[in-house]
Amino acid sequence: MNDVIGQATADLPAKTTQTVEIDSHSINFGPQHPAAHGVLRLILEMDGEVVERADPHIGLLHRGTEKLIEYKSYIQAVPYFDRLDYVSPMCQEHAFALATEKLLGVVVPERAQWIRTLFSEITRVLNHLLNVTTYALDVGAITPSLWGFEERETLMEFHEQASGARLHANYFRPGGVAKDLPAGLEDKIAAWAETFPKFIDDLETLLTGNRIWKQRTVDIGIVPAEMALAWGFTGPCLRASGVPWDLRKSQPYEKYSELDFRIAVGRNGDCYDRYLMRMGEMRESVSMIKQCLAKMKPGPVKLSDNKISPPSRAEMKRSMEALIHHFKLYTEGFHVPAGATYTAVEAPKGEFGVYLVADGTNRPYRCKIRSTGFAHLQAIEVMSKRHMLADAVAIIGSLDIVFGEIDR
Amino acid sequence: MGSCSCRKKSAARGPFSVAEVLDVVASFPGVTATRVELGEWVAHVECAAIADLCVALRDHPLLAFEQLMDIAGLDWPTREKRFEVVYNLLSVSLNQRIRLIVETTETEAVPSVHGVWPVATWWEREAYDMFGIAFSGQPDLRRILTDYGFEGHPLRKDFPLTGYVEVRYDEERKQVVYEPVKLAQDFRNFDFVSPWEAMTTLPGDEKAHRS
Repeated sequence: MNDVIGQATADLPAKTTQTVEIDSHSINFGPQHPAAHGVLRLILEMDGEVVERADPHIGLLHRGTEKLIEYKSYIQAVPYFDRLDYVSPMCQEHAFALATEKLLGVVVPERAQWIRTLFSEITRVLNHLLNVTTYALDVGAITPSLWGFEERETLMEFHEQASGARLHANYFRPGGVAKDLPAGLEDKIAAWAETFPKFIDDLETLLTGNRIWKQRTVDIGIVPAEMALAWGFTGPCLRASGVPWDLRKSQPYEKYSELDFRIAVGRNGDCYDRYLMRMGEMRESVSMIKQCLAKMKPGPVKLSDNKISPPSRAEMKRSMEALIHHFKLYTEGFHVPAGATYTAVEAPKGEFGVYLVADGTNRPYRCKIRSTGFAHLQAIEVMSKRHMLADAVAIIGSLDIVFGEIDR
Repeated sequence: MGSCSCRKKSAARGPFSVAEVLDVVASFPGVTATRVELGEWVAHVECAAIADLCVALRDHPLLAFEQLMDIAGLDWPTREKRFEVVYNLLSVSLNQRIRLIVETTETEAVPSVHGVWPVATWWEREAYDMFGIAFSGQPDLRRILTDYGFEGHPLRKDFPLTGYVEVRYDEERKQVVYEPVKLAQDFRNFDFVSPWEAMTTLPGDEKAHRS
């Protein structure tokens, strides 16, 4: 039998029997891909279904924020920070407000600090809810996002009641917060803080022990501690690798030194640990929100110095001086003494820093924004190497990437 | 879940004071000046020495700057050396930060630090994209944030805020087209410097203020 076939092939012309070698090929992931979390164009060099090289092309959402801020007064610059990481707007305003206050040499009143701490934590829950649920969506679980977005809506209502806007709050201003919390909001937040832990439990029953979820995330995209440090990881991504580092503990700002909270630290540095960090942080945030509400006392929410903070509306109607202050503040703004500072806050995604250079005028000379995701996304090249294409999606989800902040 | 031990470290700096640590930084070759500005440590560094210095800062037990947080470019068009490159370093183990400032020109390349911290690649690409600062030894100095084929360096002070070109989709040609930017209204740059604050020499007073 073999001989017959052997004879038959020998008779055929040599051309028809040739070896076809399949070369590695590159594919375009995004920029319009639901799992790209925005406008990531990822060029993947594949060997079959295994990623050999990943080259992220970013900048499709670049709006020139840093350049625009150089042409705006300090107060006008605040709304740009909402539009960077549009999932955690207030934490970014916070970094800019703290940097400006540092250059001005002012400290905001007690109540303003408590409100800022409170809303930083609400923002953290808001951010982690979006990340965890959309991350689950990327790897195939639809229910978490349906549940999570409902909870997010409640939180955004708190944002709306405090600032007037669901997303782009423009609430933390240099010199305090825009206005005091409306009557009854503190009670509403307290009531929410009582019910929310139940939601986290429900979310965990969907994911934490889920077999498919674990298959997709455990041991995927492992980042050891040294690698995480070298690649500039911060926040949950760094803590998942086992480095106990949190700016709220180590370099406390506002009222974090007066709060009692623990930091979730992981061990394996894989996608699953990064998810666990965020779940742990949400629980801690709820406890911090309760503490903030308990410790807050009535008082002024912005500086009394009308050269920096606007006078009250009622005062403006009667006092000529207050009217002049208001006019000057919203046309010229305040002048910031020359100097430079790098001020960072623990944003939900990690360290969000502002390198602010003032030259003594009413506009920043330079405002460099240290966005968290910029560093994280760069590491995708080493994290996804020799992983399957589907794992690259899980890695992107676990890094908590938002293009508003990466592209600036 | 484990508790964070970093607060303990921040409370006590051990036997070394800030001045002593800054003396260590100042003793490295290439460091021209050190100071504390608003509680933040700043060191001015010679351009050629930056890469070697970063290795020393990372590996010295008293400094241990394991993380590069940020590289920022700055443009000072009136200065002799036009650009500043600012490195913000963080030590996670010792809970301290330092800022390194390097001055450079349009033609002088800054040694790349991507060998010390791989994260530097994108920050350097950004500084190159935004300011045109060159980094020697950086194998991947492509543009990063601007469009493919973009010309100019947008964060330079002499680059107009509105840019030079705008894009739109041309329905007839079925493609995206680039056109010179057309403004319906001139760009207004308000000068808020009050004459009462800025004019130190009033008309007629020139002789009085001549030194």
